Amino acid sequence: MSERLLLTGNHAAAYGAMLARAEVISAYPITPQTMIVELLSELTASGRLAAKFITVESEHSAMAACVGASAAGARAYTATSGQGLALMHEMLHWAVGARLPIVLTNVSRAMAPGWSIWSDQTDIISQRDVGWMMLFAESVQEAQDFIIWMYRVAEQVFLPGMVAMDAFILSHTAEPIIVHDQDAVDAYLPGFEPLYDLDPTQPRAYGGLVNRDHYFELRYKIFESMERAGRLLIEAGDEFAEILGRRYSPVEGYMLDDAEIVIVSAGAMTSNVRQADKDLRDRGMKAGLMRLVAFRPFPVAEVRRLLAGRRKVAVLDRNMSPGHSGVFAQEIRSALAGQSGAPPVYGYVVGLGGRDVRVETVTEVVDDLMARDVPELALFVDVKGLPIGPVRPDSTINRLGPLEVAR
Amino acid sequence: MRWAVPEAEFMDPGTLGCQGCGGTLSMRLVLKELGDDAIAVLPACCWSIIDGPWPVHALNIPVFHTAFETAAVVATGIKAAKQIKGKDTTVVAWAGDGGTFDIGLQALSGAAERNEDIVFICYDNEAYMNTGIQRSSATPLGTWTTTTPDERPEPRPKKDIMGIMAAHRIPYAATATVAYPDDLSRKVRTALAAKGGMRFLHLLSACPPGWKMAADDAIEAMRRAVQTNVFPLYEVRDGREYKITHWPEAEVDVADYFSLQGRFAPLLADDALLNLVRNNVRERWWFLVERHQQSLRKASSPDGAHLH
Repeated sequence: MSERLLLTGNHAAAYGAMLARAEVISAYPITPQTMIVELLSELTASGRLAAKFITVESEHSAMAACVGASAAGARAYTATSGQGLALMHEMLHWAVGARLPIVLTNVSRAMAPGWSIWSDQTDIISQRDVGWMMLFAESVQEAQDFIIWMYRVAEQVFLPGMVAMDAFILSHTAEPIIVHDQDAVDAYLPGFEPLYDLDPTQPRAYGGLVNRDHYFELRYKIFESMERAGRLLIEAGDEFAEILGRRYSPVEGYMLDDAEIVIVSAGAMTSNVRQADKDLRDRGMKAGLMRLVAFRPFPVAEVRRLLAGRRKVAVLDRNMSPGHSGVFAQEIRSALAGQSGAPPVYGYVVGLGGRDVRVETVTEVVDDLMARDVPELALFVDVKGLPIGPVRPDSTINRLGPLEVAR
Repeated sequence: MRWAVPEAEFMDPGTLGCQGCGGTLSMRLVLKELGDDAIAVLPACCWSIIDGPWPVHALNIPVFHTAFETAAVVATGIKAAKQIKGKDTTVVAWAGDGGTFDIGLQALSGAAERNEDIVFICYDNEAYMNTGIQRSSATPLGTWTTTTPDERPEPRPKKDIMGIMAAHRIPYAATATVAYPDDLSRKVRTALAAKGGMRFLHLLSACPPGWKMAADDAIEAMRRAVQTNVFPLYEVRDGREYKITHWPEAEVDVADYFSLQGRFAPLLADDALLNLVRNNVRERWWFLVERHQQSLRKASSPDGAHLH
């Protein structure tokens, strides 16, 4: 029987891993993810989840243990955040090259220094090119469900996947969610059937030297599998609706039918964009939302279809690539380049290090958008003492902020 | 001593090992004792090459290649998966000195502290040989490498990896070398019998190119390392019970070992440094002898049982 429980995002993720019947869990504590592995530790200790729980000495080892476990045929799961994801980087590559469908939850937080445990997408965006699928949860329910959805696809394409949820905004916020019936999840997600599992009767070598005659083709196959994952995410999202009662898709539209202005968003701040859209509609503006649920594989076709012919597009990035712009904005521009009816794309950098992205923040962005005629790569929102705009070469930011307050 | 080498062969001829490679000879002998229900984890090391490029694979057990610093923890993950599937497969991490003493030490310490049910074998050729002879923390005092040239040879003694592993109180740790194959084989069997926890074998492994010597001197060099007490053969149970497993018949001067190898030229040219090393070797030997005798006394005392 499914049940309705009041859970934080972190505990929902732990329930997601339990419902997915993870067999080896390896993790290292890091705020704000720690509650996930604490609960999984309890669930394995009590026998409610039949899994091996390995308390490794670093996130690098957490991913390395998952790599070993997955290579040996077990469903492997871990969770991390920020610095921990960065430390895993080398082994994230290993999971892809070794074609291991590991799933991890990343509670997205800002990168140090200065130390910040608050919401920010820079940690996961920094792993853009390793070859992991990436989903961005907007709610506590999704923090649970996306793990199950991700395993379903990962184990068909033999690529790993990560589910991002916002630090604190989701990880520590309790929402009532449906915890699915185990039998139904089992029907949706059968046991992991690896192609190879380090069987001593089949003494093969895995991941050794390849010369220049073969490496390129291995990478080609990764790209090919990621393309296939794009289609499978849609199929598996529909199957999720049939079996588990909630439909998921790589892109989600809201009030898009007649929208002239489209705001692009991902993660928890999307909920405030929804409210802002309602407020803007009340003011007579035809505003809509395009939510990126999947970031890798990037839903190029859906993005083109949903954005073609719009008057203006504002992309909200809770991340930035210094020297260019927010990364979602780059990807949207890249998908639209050369398309007929491609709208102008305005990049807005918001909410770094957990600065609130409120409903009013979004409406201010739209007011700024309407006042501009020329798209900008990166418009900074809510920087102390500065109006929304591009970085100024003669920025006075050094003379603002805490120092001035101290005087 | 009567001792039969198991006939089963788990390493094909035609590996990419150098002539006289101690790491290759050790692998062949160790695999014979490990048997056919085993998996090897190879971090970056000479063996990443020796096993052969795809589709060639010299070993007749599965090999999982992994990143430099992860041998112990990838072996841990594999073991966990096998356990959850109800299988008792032996999982061996096989790493060089870099992947053990240096970059691999953190994951190794973690696995040792958790007492993971794996066998970690370090084939120690005392420098980064695969990248072309750069010093590691296993490089002995006074040695030439490409990063410790003759004008500034290795300034520090070799790291005491056995002491570090003993300090983790793991069930079994031992030194060995393929120049004493009966001792090595017995230690592999002992390690297998101690399953349920972490086992560590430290194998001195000659590298003719890196040690600057002829390939056919490899076994002789490893033998002299033992005879001169530069590399004593011993084992440690539970981090406390020490047992010397080979007692040299007579004291042989350390120079007998060093003179066989060009890498020790800076050491042999510096009498003060050589004397310091000679004293270090003696001191280390007597430390082991004392620990050995202490363990014997405790084992024969009425309280001996408390050791376990």
